[in-house]
Amino acid sequence: MKELILILMGGVLINNYVLQQTIGICPFLGVSKKTNQAVGMGIAVTFVMLFATLATHPIYTYILAPFKLEYLQIIVFILVIAALVQFVEIVLKKFIPSLHKSLGVYLPLITTNCAVLGVVLNNITDGFNFIQSIFSSLGVGLGFLLSMVLFAGVRSRMENCPSPKCFKGVPITLIAASIVAIAFIGFGGVVENLIG
Amino acid sequence: MAKNKKLSILLRGIIEENPVLILVLGTCPSIATATSLQSAVSMGIAATIVLVCSNVVISLLRKIIPDTVRIPCYIVIIATFVTAVQLLLQAFLPAIYEMLGVYLALIVVNCIILGRAEMFARKNPVGDSALDGLGMGIGFILALIVIAFPREFLGSGKIWGITLDFMENVKIPVLATPAGGFFIYGIVIAVMNKLTEKKGGVKRKSFDCESCPSAAICKKAGKAEGTCQGAENTASTQEQPTNAANEDGVKGGNA
Repeated sequence: MKELILILMGGVLINNYVLQQTIGICPFLGVSKKTNQAVGMGIAVTFVMLFATLATHPIYTYILAPFKLEYLQIIVFILVIAALVQFVEIVLKKFIPSLHKSLGVYLPLITTNCAVLGVVLNNITDGFNFIQSIFSSLGVGLGFLLSMVLFAGVRSRMENCPSPKCFKGVPITLIAASIVAIAFIGFGGVVENLIG
Repeated sequence: MAKNKKLSILLRGIIEENPVLILVLGTCPSIATATSLQSAVSMGIAATIVLVCSNVVISLLRKIIPDTVRIPCYIVIIATFVTAVQLLLQAFLPAIYEMLGVYLALIVVNCIILGRAEMFARKNPVGDSALDGLGMGIGFILALIVIAFPREFLGSGKIWGITLDFMENVKIPVLATPAGGFFIYGIVIAVMNKLTEKKGGVKRKSFDCESCPSAAICKKAGKAEGTCQGAENTASTQEQPTNAANEDGVKGGNA
């Protein structure tokens, strides 16, 4: 149990994909202008990460590994994620229209999100079992959500600040992201000390 | 004349439409792997090979692939080349394979490659697409070097992996972390802005829906929700109050 909590918290704070591993920067910079959009995107990504792990881990363990087809994992995983995103969208549209209305717009964008592919590949590389993989994906997804929401708040304040002309737009956003990332460096070692 | 056109296709990716510094595509590998010149150059070369090969194949198949399922087709083609590059590196250059790690596999979802397939290779003949891929690839490598050099020199006190003794006491370790990556990337773009300012400014497409590979889907979605707020807000150099920016965002999505 302790190990699972460590994996979960590690994904949220220490190995935060956006701010510490720099995976999934495009949605982080692109959809973080308003807090409600950042929340929607973050929840949608967490959702897809969980489902992608539920699908890809058994495929790897029971199909690719026994037949020595590990080298096909990139192609198989990206196809599974693309199909899964479509499937989730159709199911949501049919059965939970209210959820589809709030998350649906973000779903197509997630197919080409490197964080989702990154987390399923990392789960395999790190040798996690099924339960550990689910916790790791959940942690990474929540970490993504956390950094999106934090950064959306920073950005809404930043929009009103007078910055030098050549820093307007992208550069000042990146520098703000850098400062948020420095804050996250401080989390290293915190979780182990809290639990251990 | 024809020769000039070919040359301009090649050169466009290097400066005028540099994928990292002007189009702001492929930000993840730019920050993650540009910690040292070695990893930056190897990442750039791997991505360039994939980019050229996938551009050629997509351009050859441009009349066969149905329009509605083109994105999945492109992803499969790109994934195939990434797997090939990954296997080759694993076999012949294991040190580089170890260094790039998961980022090598993530070339599949690199916006530059899918973006060029969507914007260029599906509309242009094979030769031009190959040149476009090469130009964009070289632009990518150069941008990675520009970001990696200050990070390696100031952050780790090394150049191309060789430790410099005089940097031992004055290095700034934070620059080698992802936080430093964001910082240097921001500074580099700001410097580019300053330099191009006098020439009337480069038309910057920051976070633009047009340059994003998911543009078509996003626009459709944006119509419903007003999510796809184009670059107008970010790119505009004027200050806007928050609520005005929000309104513009919705308009941008609806347009």
